[in-house]
Amino acid sequence: MRIGVVTFPGSLDDGDAARAARIAGAEAVRLWHGDPDLHGVDAVVLPGGFSYGDYLRCGAIARFAPVMESIIDAARGGLPVLGICNGFQVLCEAHLLPGALTRNQHLHFRNRDQWLKVEATNTAWTNDFTPGQEILIPVKNGEGCFVADTRTLDALEAEGRVIARYIKGNPNGSQRDIAGITNEAGNVVGIMPHPEHAVEALTGPSLDGLGFFTSVLRALAGASVDSQLAGGQQ
Amino acid sequence: MARVVVDVMLKPEILDPQGQAVANALPRLGVTDVSSVRIGRRIEIDFTGEPDLDRAREIADKLLANPVIEDFEIRVESASAEVA
Repeated sequence: MRIGVVTFPGSLDDGDAARAARIAGAEAVRLWHGDPDLHGVDAVVLPGGFSYGDYLRCGAIARFAPVMESIIDAARGGLPVLGICNGFQVLCEAHLLPGALTRNQHLHFRNRDQWLKVEATNTAWTNDFTPGQEILIPVKNGEGCFVADTRTLDALEAEGRVIARYIKGNPNGSQRDIAGITNEAGNVVGIMPHPEHAVEALTGPSLDGLGFFTSVLRALAGASVDSQLAGGQQ
Repeated sequence: MARVVVDVMLKPEILDPQGQAVANALPRLGVTDVSSVRIGRRIEIDFTGEPDLDRAREIADKLLANPVIEDFEIRVESASAEVA
């Protein structure tokens, strides 16, 4: 399985995301913001960082990068896409996910290990967790406060599209403690904390982040079995 | 100069913690009669030819403002205002 990791100017966590993909057992393929070719990858990770300097709004300019035009089309066609932190912001700006990420309510940059409760496990990126599972992964953001209108929030809850909530303290004021959401099809997931930083005992607070990457491998393996036309390599 | 000005503001229902922080600092200046401060963004677009409000509206809608959380207003800036 080939997992593409996009590098925008200002991306910081592309290296860690690629490494997490490899540790999970995938082949990591580096994708460049200026190149619309997705090089036949089976899934894409939009990493954390400050794409285009976070100018205007976080993710607002990255959303128009040549690679994003291809990713937006492919995501609508079912390609699994995970946006982490800045990647989550890009997905919201691209309208692949509802809502927006705004300045942390307390205005401070928050950098700490964060407990989350996993909720929806029927997505391409969370099927290796169990509903209600508590996981510990790092959070580090200045503009991670998830906001949406009440109707959108109610719809997300009713449709089971909240994939994880902050527990033991909300680090940024996100509405309803939402840390991550998915689209209707379950192939696009955005999460503010950083699973790619929790894949090895040496550098992370846990190995809980690995579940996001093993989930997509499971989803892709299932898709391969289901479809003889699957392009992924076992 | 063919200038169009775009004002982008957070929608009223969206919390503006920056504005709140500024409002909370005002008493230190001795200002006590301000009830609310909200912070937005002013963007000046200079066209090479005539100011094109429709094009400016498209730019604002697609890029300059995020309609999920922000409203915008656009106007052509008059020459006199520019001198002032």
